[in-house]
Amino acid sequence: MIKTLISRRGLLASACIAAVSVSSMSALAADELKIGFVGVTSGPAAAWGTSNVRSMQTLEAIYNAAGGVKIGDKTYMIKVVTFDDQKDPKRAVEGMEKMAQQGIHYVVGPNVDDGAAAVRPVAEKNNIIYFPYAFPKELYTKPASNAVLGMIANYQSGPAIYKYLMDNRGVKKVAFVAANESDPLSQRDGGVTAAKALGLEVVAANDTYQNDTRDFTPVLTPIVALKPDLLVLSGVAPANAPLLIRSARELGYEGLISTETAQDAKVLAEGAGDLANGFISVGGASTPEIASDQMKAFVAKYTEMFGEYNDESNTKVYALDYILETLKANPAAIDNVEEFKKTMDTFSAPNPYLKDPNAKLSYVGMSSFGQKRQVAVPMVVNEYKDGAFQTLFVGTVD
Amino acid sequence: MEQVIANGLYLGAQYALIALGLTLIFGLMNVLNFAHGQMYVLGGFITYAVYGQLGLPFPLAVFASGVTLFVIGGLMERYLFRTVIKRSHREESTMLLAAATAFFFDAVILLIFGEKQRGVPKIVKGVFNDFGVILPYDRILVGILAGLCIIAFILALKYTKPGRAMRALAQDRVAAQLMGVQVERYTMLGFALGAMLAGVTGGLLASITGINAGIGGPISIKAFTMIMIGGAGVVGGAIAGGFILGMMESVGLTVLREYGDVTYLVIFATLMIFLSIRPNGLMGKPWG
Repeated sequence: MIKTLISRRGLLASACIAAVSVSSMSALAADELKIGFVGVTSGPAAAWGTSNVRSMQTLEAIYNAAGGVKIGDKTYMIKVVTFDDQKDPKRAVEGMEKMAQQGIHYVVGPNVDDGAAAVRPVAEKNNIIYFPYAFPKELYTKPASNAVLGMIANYQSGPAIYKYLMDNRGVKKVAFVAANESDPLSQRDGGVTAAKALGLEVVAANDTYQNDTRDFTPVLTPIVALKPDLLVLSGVAPANAPLLIRSARELGYEGLISTETAQDAKVLAEGAGDLANGFISVGGASTPEIASDQMKAFVAKYTEMFGEYNDESNTKVYALDYILETLKANPAAIDNVEEFKKTMDTFSAPNPYLKDPNAKLSYVGMSSFGQKRQVAVPMVVNEYKDGAFQTLFVGTVD
Repeated sequence: MEQVIANGLYLGAQYALIALGLTLIFGLMNVLNFAHGQMYVLGGFITYAVYGQLGLPFPLAVFASGVTLFVIGGLMERYLFRTVIKRSHREESTMLLAAATAFFFDAVILLIFGEKQRGVPKIVKGVFNDFGVILPYDRILVGILAGLCIIAFILALKYTKPGRAMRALAQDRVAAQLMGVQVERYTMLGFALGAMLAGVTGGLLASITGINAGIGGPISIKAFTMIMIGGAGVVGGAIAGGFILGMMESVGLTVLREYGDVTYLVIFATLMIFLSIRPNGLMGKPWG
């Protein structure tokens, strides 16, 4: 198996080199459109950024193999330029500056709050529109205008999940636990506020853990003793989710467990097995009930290129398409971000990743930010069951 | 309270095993092996591949982790550290080399095994629930195995010829050489054993906490914390440091939970005060 894995990766490396060579040759014939990525692809949180990069590279391969993307009168070969910020805001700034030096106007990332806040001056000064996976509202409300939230924020999905669980599962008492880092802590605080507003009794609101914790039994022992109906893992990293679930269940916790971040079914299956059954998380075009054939083709190509799919990409597939579709709607935006911003207000295109023919790509965020600075992705609330996600309910944002 | 003590003892056994290999290498060579955490990760991934993917028995997987890291450790000492130590008298040269190997391992592991958290099937199912203590049987088993590894390691150091040679080297390198100890052979053996301990620990703990490519650095930091508490280069110090840190975490996370994540703040503040009073840790180095 490992031999296969290694040889697949070897083949993949050769294929990538070949693809780069082919795309370089093609670039001589067609114009090149560089799209940047600045985010974390190493260290404990590598999964977040890696799923971004691989989603972009998969689409890059699909579009370039089809001859490029037609924007206005020209056809462009897509080139994804990546920078690993190692989850360090200083590196994120450096990455954004490198994007600016290369004349890139559209960047996906950063993945975390402090990185997204740090790059804001660089992006605004150098006319870069960026799509962070970070939730601080200041990034998306005026006078800020260059950041576009690439996913659904916890303050949007959290209340919907808690309300659903109150109405359908009789949840009354809730406990929160978060990693001691800016993103999870701010998500926890937002969750606590939302839970209290709904009338839930919050029995634990201050419990935290180091993000590199490997054994969560000591962290969860006092929380499980409080017997909450719902345990919320605020902003939990995919690497930690199965460990937290496993520890809670082994300590005898029988209530519900949820998070507002995207997770990966295989990671849950390997790390927690059946103990993860019933775990609730948020995904994108993730389940067979709603995914289109194009989504299935994307998953197949991703798996072919990288050996294994990551369910986090169900949401992260969208950012590059939003950029390209908006540029198609207004080709003048190719090197003019003000044109891009104007187009965002009225932009609408078919959502290629959902079965529903009426599903649209559009920018939203008026309710949360007072301006359209968020991509509309389906808020698919999933429940994990025996190695796969099942749709619990689908919501929308704005 | 019983649960808190059980959690602390279990964590302590884990941590002590993690710190042992690091302190052995430091004691023998005065090298701070920054790649220790990465060796742990590699050991974990080998167990994941052999047990989780190929479906071979868990003991064989842990054995494969230990043997692989033993060979890698031996080669690292022979072709990297020995060369640098011969050519440079500055201690930071070996530190830089260790840091470079850590980055190298990080990159290779990420390339081969990917970015995802990996886990293996439970080695023993069921949970012990009595006397106010809840502890899954697999943790109990791994805790016992960790304890046995520590005891075996101590006995080997005390009663075998290579063990005595390594202790002599750790105490006084020149005197050991004058007494006929083959310095290069036993230094290489010591480095290989240290790496093997990291690999075995990674393999054992992969069955409990899984493994992912990014945790090497944090594991190394935790191991350094333990040997700072117990005293660098001293086996007993590493064990004491592991159990003290495990107990401090367990108690702190229960008693201080209402105040947010202050447990590590308290641990590190205490450590700073402790080190200012006792810079060599609890047991210090024999010659320090």
